[in-house]
Amino acid sequence: MKQFAIILISAVLLNNYVLSRFLGICPFLGVSKKLDSAFGMSVAVTFVMALATAATWPIYTYILVPNGLSYLQTIAFILIIAALVQFIEIALKKYIPSLHAALGIYLPLITTNCAVLGVTILNLDEGYNFAESMVNAVGSGLGFMLAMVLFSGVRSRVDASKTIPKAYQGIPITLTAAAICSVSFMGFSGIVDGLFH
Amino acid sequence: MANSTKAKPNYLATLTNGIIKENPVLVLILGTCPTLAVTTMAINGLGMGLAATVVLICSNIVISLLKKVIPDTVRIPCYIVVIAAFVTIVQFLVKAYAPALDSALGVFLPLIVVNCIILGRAEMFANKNDVISSALDGLGMGIGFTLALFCMGSVREILGNGTWMSGASWIGIQNGINLHWENPIIVFLLAPGGFMVFGALVALVNFLTKGKAIKKKEFGCEGCPSAAACKAAQKGGCNA
Repeated sequence: MKQFAIILISAVLLNNYVLSRFLGICPFLGVSKKLDSAFGMSVAVTFVMALATAATWPIYTYILVPNGLSYLQTIAFILIIAALVQFIEIALKKYIPSLHAALGIYLPLITTNCAVLGVTILNLDEGYNFAESMVNAVGSGLGFMLAMVLFSGVRSRVDASKTIPKAYQGIPITLTAAAICSVSFMGFSGIVDGLFH
Repeated sequence: MANSTKAKPNYLATLTNGIIKENPVLVLILGTCPTLAVTTMAINGLGMGLAATVVLICSNIVISLLKKVIPDTVRIPCYIVVIAAFVTIVQFLVKAYAPALDSALGVFLPLIVVNCIILGRAEMFANKNDVISSALDGLGMGIGFTLALFCMGSVREILGNGTWMSGASWIGIQNGINLHWENPIIVFLLAPGGFMVFGALVALVNFLTKGKAIKKKEFGCEGCPSAAACKAAQKGGCNA
């Protein structure tokens, strides 16, 4: 249990996907203007991350590696994720229309999201087993959600400000606000050591 | 003949377009993940830029050649396969000839596949233009990407580590420059420094061009291949 808790806490707080690993910056900056769209996007990302890990880990371990095809990792994973996202969209539309109405609009954006491909590759780089990979995937998704939801609040305050210098308006000030959010997440460094030793 | 005289300046414009006027990183704000993640050292920025440039040129050429063969409805998956193939080739090359760069870039080397600059150029340029323009567009965009990453890496390395071009033995530079700072500002090497320097560079470009270069004031989706889906989705997202 302890190792799962360590993986979960590091994925959410310590190695936050957005604010310390820089994966999934595009949706972080693009879809964080309003709280509800930020939340919907991150639920969809968490969902796809978990399913993508559940699909890619067995395929890599039981099909690619035994056949000496591990160099096809990049191509295989991006195709699996693209197919999976399409499949999820079709399945949700048919069987759970209410969930499709909530998440469907975000799904096409996720195919080319580096956070999803990143989590599947990092799970294998870290040498996690299947259960650990799943915990890491869900934790990374929750970390993404935490960053998105917090930042949507910060952003609405920044956007309301009228005293930003002209050259800094828009994109630069948003990035600077993200820098300050990222500083606050640095406060979590050492939390894993502190809790479990 | 009239065509060829007219075409020449167009090629030059296509090439320089990506370097300054539509710099993918500093003006179009695309490919932000690798921009922020690998630029802790100037040489890593340079290496990432070169790797992405090779992929960009090759995928632009192939997609431009195949533009009549690929059915419109499944074009995005086809582009992804082409790009992923070239990324795999580049991964092998980097592992063989610059192992230090391979470990510095880590997961961001395979993640070139989902770099929106490459898929964006395939969708916006290569599937509409001839092979030579597409190759030049890829080269120009690649140089623009590399320059932006190199500038950002230089700022972060000088301020955060007090060195410049260190660890560049794979291109033949042995030690780089050491400024012997007593207390370099380490935060520039960490995650917050990345956001801060990126914001400052975009603001600088904005200031120097008096806001003319930046056509869009917000993070937009027009360069992103999912733009259509995004626009349908947005009632408060990207460009709302």
